[in-house]
Amino acid sequence: MKYADEFRDPAAARALLARIAKVTDEIGATKEKPVHIMEICGGHTHAIFRYGLDKLTPDGLEFIHGPGCPVCVLPMSRVDECVELAERPEVIFTTFGDAMRVPGTRKSLLQAKADGADVRMVYSPLDALELARRNPDREVVFFGLGFETTTPSTALSIQQAAAENLTNFSVFCNHITVPPPIKVLLDDPHMVLDGFVGPGHVSMVIGIEPYRFIARDYGKPIVVAGFEPIDLLQSVLMVLEQLRDGRAEVENQYSRVVPDSGNPVSIAACEDVYEPRPSFEWRGLGEIDSSGLRIRRKYAAYDAEEKFGVGYGQGAARFVPEPEGCACGDVMTGRLKPRQCPQFGTGCTPEMPLGALMVSSEGACAAYYQYGGLDLEPAE
Amino acid sequence: MCLGIPGQIVEIASAEKKLAIADVSGVRREVNVACIAGDAPLEDLIGTWTLIHVGFAMSRINEEEAAKTMEVLKMLGEAQEEIEAMRASQQAMERVS
Ligand code: SF4
Repeated sequence: MKYADEFRDPAAARALLARIAKVTDEIGATKEKPVHIMEICGGHTHAIFRYGLDKLTPDGLEFIHGPGCPVCVLPMSRVDECVELAERPEVIFTTFGDAMRVPGTRKSLLQAKADGADVRMVYSPLDALELARRNPDREVVFFGLGFETTTPSTALSIQQAAAENLTNFSVFCNHITVPPPIKVLLDDPHMVLDGFVGPGHVSMVIGIEPYRFIARDYGKPIVVAGFEPIDLLQSVLMVLEQLRDGRAEVENQYSRVVPDSGNPVSIAACEDVYEPRPSFEWRGLGEIDSSGLRIRRKYAAYDAEEKFGVGYGQGAARFVPEPEGCACGDVMTGRLKPRQCPQFGTGCTPEMPLGALMVSSEGACAAYYQYGGLDLEPAE
Repeated sequence: MCLGIPGQIVEIASAEKKLAIADVSGVRREVNVACIAGDAPLEDLIGTWTLIHVGFAMSRINEEEAAKTMEVLKMLGEAQEEIEAMRASQQAMERVS
C-alpha cells in the first residue's frame, strides 16, 4: 500500500493494477511461466524501482530491463579515448556529469580530472559552445552522449558552431540509436521477450514509426510510454491486452508529448549533421550494425575523432574486455538479475562501480541497489 | 539527461540564435528553442511550458503536465540533479583557464 499511496492518483493506480492482474491471468501467465516485458529506457527502469512497480504487479509479469541507459552501454574503449582527449594540454573536455564515473581501463574522467586534466561538467552542449567562445586559445571538446533524445541538441550545437565559424569547438560523438539493439535482442534465440514498453522521450524526437519492425517483423507489441507511474502501468496494461488479443501493434500511450511523427526540426538537424556508422560497440552487447552516429564529412572540422585522430577508424581497432567477474552483459540481456551478479553490492557499488550498470541511476544495478533493499508490501 | 525537466519560457535572449530564458523551478537558464519555435515570432513563446533536455526545449507541454512531470522528477531525485547540474555548469563556464 505504501507505494500505491505515493501515486498522485492512488485510486487510478489500484484500478490499473487490478486490470493488469486480470489480463495477466487471462493470458495464463504464472510465476513459473511469466510474461516478459522489457522496458527499454533507463528512465523507466528507474521509475519502476522507485515506485516499486515490479512488486505491485502480479508474479506472472516480469520486467526485463533494457539497454536504454546511454552511460551504461558506453564501451570501455570509448571512455579510454575520452581520457586520452582530456589529458591533452590544449583541451578543455566537457561532459555531462553522468559520464564522469564510468570506469575506463586506466581511469575514469573523474580520476583524470583529479590528476590534473581540464575536465568540466556541463549541463548542456550550449555551455560547451560558450566555453569555446570564452577560451579562444584552448580546444573545447564536447562529449556527445545519449540516444535520440539528446542527439538533436548536439547536432544543433554543431550547426551553431559552424554558423559562427568557431574553430576551437569539436564533438567526440558517441550518440547511439534505440532500434538496432532491440533488433539484436529480438534476434537472440535465448531471449524471451513478449512485448515492450517504448521510450517516450526518444519518440518525442523520432516518432513511433521506427518501432514498426518490432510489431511487423517480430510480431511483438510495443507501447510508447510516459514517465509517470500511472503512464507505466497503463502502458504495461496496453501491452498485456495486445498479447491477450493476439495483436502486435505500435501504440502511443504518451501522445500528450509524443506526436506520432516526432519533431521535424530535430529530425532535420540530425539528418544534416550525422550519418550512421557501419557499426558501434555497446558494452555488454558487442558491436551492433548501424547503431551509432558519426559526424558527416561536411562538418569534419567539428569532429573530434578527425581533429585529434582518435576513435573508430583511427589506428588499430580496440576491443577492451569487461572487467573480471562483471556480469553486465548477462544482466543487460535479461539472463541474470542484478542481485545474481557475484559482484553486486560487494565488488560493485554506486560509490565504486565495477560495471557500467552501477554508474548511473538509470542503470538496472544501481536502481536495484538504491531501492531493492526497501521493505515493500504488495498493493491491495 | 534523458528525462528532461519542465520549464517556462520567460524571455527571448537571441532571436537569431533561437535562444530564450526559461524558468526552471526558480532557476533561470538559457535554452535553445529551435525545436518548438515553428514559424511564429519567438516572442509568442513567452509563457509557454516546455520539456527541456540538456538545454534544449524539445516539446511544448501544458502547465498541468509540467507540474506532474516535476513531481515525478522530484521523487526520482532527478529534478535536484538537473538543477544542480545547471548551477555547476555555470561555474564551470566561469572558470578561466
Ligand atoms: S553488479 Fe556491477 S558488475 Fe555486476 S552486473 Fe551489475 S554493474 Fe555489472
